[in-house]
Amino acid sequence: MEFQIIWFVLWGVLWSVYFMLDGFVQGAGMLHHVLGKSDGDRRVLINTIGPVWDGNEVWLVTAGGATFAAFPTTYALMFSYLYSALLLLLFALIIRGVSYEFRGKSEGELWKKGWDASICIGNFLPALLFGVAFGNIFAGLPMDAAGYHGSLLSLLNPYGLLTGVLFVMLFAVHGALYVSVKTRGDLQARSASLAKKLWPALLAVAVAFLGYTNFATKLYDNYLSHPVLLIVPLLAVAALLGIRIFMAKEMLLTAFASSCLTILLVAATGVTGLSPNLIPANMDTAYSLTIYNSSSSLYTLKIMTVVAFIFVPIVILYKIWVYRIFRAPVTLDEVLENKEAY
Amino acid sequence: MDVLTLSRLQFAVTSMFHFIFVPLTLGLSILTAYMETRYVMTGDTTYLKMTKFWGKLFLVNFALGVVTGITMEFQFGMNWAEYSRYVGDIFGAPLAIEATVAFFLESVFIGLWIFGWDKVSKKVHLLSIWLVPFATNLSALWILLANGWMQHPVGYVLRNGRAEMVDFGALLTNPYGVMKFIHTVLSGYMVAAFFVMGISAYHLLKKNRIDFFKCSFRIAATFGLVSSILVFLTGDYSAVLVAKTQPAKFAAMESVWETKRGVGMNLFLVPNEEQECNEFERFCIPKVVSYLAFHLPNAEIKGLKEFPRDLRPPVLPTFLSFRLMAGLGMFLLLASLLGSILSRWGKQEDRTLFLKIMLLAIPAPYIAVQLGWIVAEVGRQPWIVYGVMKTSDAVSGSISVSQVVVSLAGFTLLYGVLGVIDIYLLAKIAKKGPDDDLSAIIKPRIEEA
Repeated sequence: MEFQIIWFVLWGVLWSVYFMLDGFVQGAGMLHHVLGKSDGDRRVLINTIGPVWDGNEVWLVTAGGATFAAFPTTYALMFSYLYSALLLLLFALIIRGVSYEFRGKSEGELWKKGWDASICIGNFLPALLFGVAFGNIFAGLPMDAAGYHGSLLSLLNPYGLLTGVLFVMLFAVHGALYVSVKTRGDLQARSASLAKKLWPALLAVAVAFLGYTNFATKLYDNYLSHPVLLIVPLLAVAALLGIRIFMAKEMLLTAFASSCLTILLVAATGVTGLSPNLIPANMDTAYSLTIYNSSSSLYTLKIMTVVAFIFVPIVILYKIWVYRIFRAPVTLDEVLENKEAY
Repeated sequence: MDVLTLSRLQFAVTSMFHFIFVPLTLGLSILTAYMETRYVMTGDTTYLKMTKFWGKLFLVNFALGVVTGITMEFQFGMNWAEYSRYVGDIFGAPLAIEATVAFFLESVFIGLWIFGWDKVSKKVHLLSIWLVPFATNLSALWILLANGWMQHPVGYVLRNGRAEMVDFGALLTNPYGVMKFIHTVLSGYMVAAFFVMGISAYHLLKKNRIDFFKCSFRIAATFGLVSSILVFLTGDYSAVLVAKTQPAKFAAMESVWETKRGVGMNLFLVPNEEQECNEFERFCIPKVVSYLAFHLPNAEIKGLKEFPRDLRPPVLPTFLSFRLMAGLGMFLLLASLLGSILSRWGKQEDRTLFLKIMLLAIPAPYIAVQLGWIVAEVGRQPWIVYGVMKTSDAVSGSISVSQVVVSLAGFTLLYGVLGVIDIYLLAKIAKKGPDDDLSAIIKPRIEEA
């Protein structure tokens, strides 16, 4: 197999896993005030996220690093073309990270309210921005020999915004389900019921997205020429429906697993449709960044493949191990009793 | 100002701010892990209280290191797209490896350490805190190998309009990268040692928890002394490497204009870049510069005049930063030596002058490491990759002045606020002192037993 293809698959896997893992952090975070009615609730919410947010964010750092190492031209152009959007993303991720770490380290009403607000904004903005960015990448960026002809405002086109809303809704349901799995009592009941209420809206946005994608992008071309690939979006739809079915049966953990699958498969659907492009050009396809014209040398790709094949499985193993250690739900009693809690 | 100047300024602001937190993380993680090791080995809860107290300060600092780190990775692409495209084939690899082998490890096990006191056995908990310094130091290795490549590019060829990697082994064994790694992490240990000694001195001055802080001070003093000596030795070796690989940087560090043998060091001088000479040269120690460069008293030093003006680094900032860094390094070496002796001899809590100096010395190693980076990065100019690519060719072509003005202003504001919050939290936690209530940690274990 060509090393470019290996790295394209890895690139897709890194982004998909990142969205699956940080998706529930962002979802729970944007619902911080909706679900967290009292200070106690909010502390429980933060303590469900505390042990894992940093580790989840590293998938983004790795996805960025992998883009740099394997497809340096794409990394260079993607990051400089999307400058202002990425700047907002950085600010949001920075304030969200310190909010989790600092909220519990001092007292005062204003202190807590300030960090609560930045947890909400710092998680909502990334979801929206990632959606807008990937929507625009699916549709192709206005670039040619002269460079880039877009701006922050031009990213906010209807398709980009729709993809942004899709990400927000996907993560909101995902986050609410995560909270319902990780808490007990009133908070659990409220988050499960919120996930149920949000689900029809998610379905509506997903249907609109799948329809609009046909007009705004060329993502379906690969599926038309290789119909066997249709299994990916079909499974994504099945997983999305599965969320609702398992919620109806009160199987919250299975519903959350289904939501994990939905996000992985939605990302896979997009990436499969893009192939072999990383970023299509929507003016003249000759300027599209593909896995061939923007990749590193064969030598570098080989080295990176060895590193990835050794270390990514190890990472996955110890991550699963630590997730298992923290699998028990977080309760208010435990948070109040434990001085280590956030 | 143009995009280039603004982007350089932004890189300076964001990387220097990031590097306020990194060195303390590198060293304090080791000290915290050592304290917990003592607790696990002896069962003495004083060490557990130490682990908790210094660990809490560590965590505040660590959080800011993590969140400001993402900016660094994004910025290469955002502001330095030409650089990223041109050297990504060889420069991207260590960054991606850093994330894969080090960041995951550090982020997962810091989470286990913070939240896992009552969820895993003592030994697993101890293992998780040791994995944190292991991972942070490993991440430093990869990022400094990447920086070492910018300083002294090896293992590449210019092909297909870019620098392509042909020898990964050469990148790993690049003497410049390896030396930078050792020198930099050791200087981080010094930051941590003086941080712990300084805060301990504060409490000793107040006669607060004397045994606790004497013991903390003693541990930090030993750590600080060993690191200071090694920083001094690796610093000496660094100068030799710089003289060999980047003669223009070395000449700027010592402000040497004429090529001569047996160059002496003026303790006082003012470089004049216009006239290409030094003014007010005073107190010359013969042959010292030649000795520093090649460990030979009569070695020839290439003066700045050997290099065309547009290939010389800015002399004044390079020279001043180097002098101040070296001076602070000497002071810190002496202070840690004194600290090691005094903390083992007599009533340390009564030596108020010494304790006051140690308290005031907390910022000194911080300043020294920032100055070290100025020498390394400003001294490399006008190159972004020495001899391969100029900084002026590296900036993104697609970004506008207004975009970078907004981002620079945004970073300055956001980082300013975070800096204030950081100092507020550190001071609050440090002043409060250790917590004696260990119920949350110890109780579940008793139940287990």
